[in-house]
Amino acid sequence: MFKKRLLTGLIAGALFSTPLFAGTAFISNERDNTISVIDTKSWEVVNTFNVGMRPRGILLNSDYSKLYVCASDSDRVEIYDAKTFEFITDLPSGDDPEQFALHPNDRLLFIANEDDDIVSVVDTETHQVLAQIEVGIEPEGMGVSPDGKWAVNTSETTNMLHWIDTETLELVDNTVIDQRPRHVEFTHDSQRLWASAEIGGTVTIYDVDSREEIHKINFEIKGVHPDRIQPVGIQLTQDGRYAFVALGPANHVAMIDQQTYEVLEYFLVGRRVWGVGLTPDDKYVISTNGVSGDVSIIDVEKREVIKTLKVGRYPWGVVAAP
Amino acid sequence: MNFSVYAYSFLGVLKREFLRFIHQRSRFFSSLVRPLLWLIVFAAGFRAALGLSITPPYQTYITYETYIIPGLACMILLFNGMQSALSMVYDREMGSMRVLLMSPLPRSWLLFCKLFAIALISLIQVYAFYGITLALDIRLPLIGLLYALPALLLTALELGAIGLFLSSKIRQLENFAGVMNFVIFPMFFMSSALYPLWRMRESSEWLYWVCSLNPFTYAVELVRFAMYSQLNLEAFWVTLATTLFFGGMAIIGFRPEKVTGTK
Repeated sequence: MFKKRLLTGLIAGALFSTPLFAGTAFISNERDNTISVIDTKSWEVVNTFNVGMRPRGILLNSDYSKLYVCASDSDRVEIYDAKTFEFITDLPSGDDPEQFALHPNDRLLFIANEDDDIVSVVDTETHQVLAQIEVGIEPEGMGVSPDGKWAVNTSETTNMLHWIDTETLELVDNTVIDQRPRHVEFTHDSQRLWASAEIGGTVTIYDVDSREEIHKINFEIKGVHPDRIQPVGIQLTQDGRYAFVALGPANHVAMIDQQTYEVLEYFLVGRRVWGVGLTPDDKYVISTNGVSGDVSIIDVEKREVIKTLKVGRYPWGVVAAP
Repeated sequence: MNFSVYAYSFLGVLKREFLRFIHQRSRFFSSLVRPLLWLIVFAAGFRAALGLSITPPYQTYITYETYIIPGLACMILLFNGMQSALSMVYDREMGSMRVLLMSPLPRSWLLFCKLFAIALISLIQVYAFYGITLALDIRLPLIGLLYALPALLLTALELGAIGLFLSSKIRQLENFAGVMNFVIFPMFFMSSALYPLWRMRESSEWLYWVCSLNPFTYAVELVRFAMYSQLNLEAFWVTLATTLFFGGMAIIGFRPEKVTGTK
């Protein structure tokens, strides 16, 4: 009797337990209008599903249940179930949404509208556009501080960071940065802001309270011309130890000490790497290599690229769930 | 004759080769300088050229210097195998080989001892090369260096066997220099040691086929896969078959009457 129950239990467990894989990474494929789903244990593509046109920025809500996708050419933000990959709803986004950031309250979504030079703030529950904040020309990068106080946008042509108070939804300050700022990332204690400048070839770190520059990081890779070093995506580990920066056509990802700002390693990845994402346990970095159409996996502890796997055409954004 | 006689003879040959290795330090350094020049000078110019395609056993993009390490390790074995064969011609001319082959032990055993001793000496040089590459901050999978050992040994035996076969065919020392040029360089350059075969195929189909027929290509690939903890079965069988074929031919070729005969 016990054996029968045990067997039934095992079969039921095998059939109905949902976690078929340890963790999941989502990759937006800009040219294919798809999202690639990667099992973060086997590092294989386990699913691919269709989304709106030209998906770029992607993110997950705080409980990892919903996947938000910037469908740039469809002029909307789409929301998918992160487990079943089924379409749930879409949000108004303004024209050409490229990057966005979700407030820790999961309600306020800050969207950079590249063609309109504005940042749209959308309520994810009521679907209402709460504000449209004018910023510099070609807004691109978008970040919200983990304490929820600040939203920061980068404008590619104006070469500025735009500081938005998330309570009043008003622009309160602008900071000049090196040429073509692409991405911003707050440290997990919300004290520092890291911002990349693609043409400037630098990453600048700001003190959030004073909004003053603290440090500027330059990159140098043996055998790579300095012009090809174009920092874009940034990811910071939660423990405050490492930062990872995608260096574009240099085909490398830099590993940086978050405290000393020293570049520790350069990892060779695929062609034109723009996006980087960390698994929630901070053990792996995933880079999206646009031109070569693949993603590279970096083992943080071993400090080596362990695998590169094909996804769709022009992978852009990356986000991972446990 | 019992086992101890065979073992004694092997140790004797090994000792002789080892002493020769110790006394010819310049040969040791030159065997390291050659691949290191390739690695430091040649690879520097092509550093970024290869990070564009992923082929087994690699799981991700690699730099050119990472790619050529297995080929350069085999380059040491190739030059050593051939140079040792050159010393066989010298030995035969000077008489020490005659003395060795006059012992009551089977000729095949003596030649095997010679081959194995040469291979072991070559391995010392290959691992010295690996040590220098690690010191140059080129990343190699450390466990792979252990897995590569049997692959390197088989490759060393294969190249030594080819060298022995050639030396059995050469009557004069002077002729060997020509054979070096006609054997070593084509074997090395027309293989996957410096460029992957897909790259060869992009430039020339016939060159690709020549490289595909070159046993040195399979030796390099056997070592390359072993360094990444994988067994390339095709490369293994080709290398083993080549070793047995040329080893057999060398034994047949080293007939006593030929050794004792005039030049």
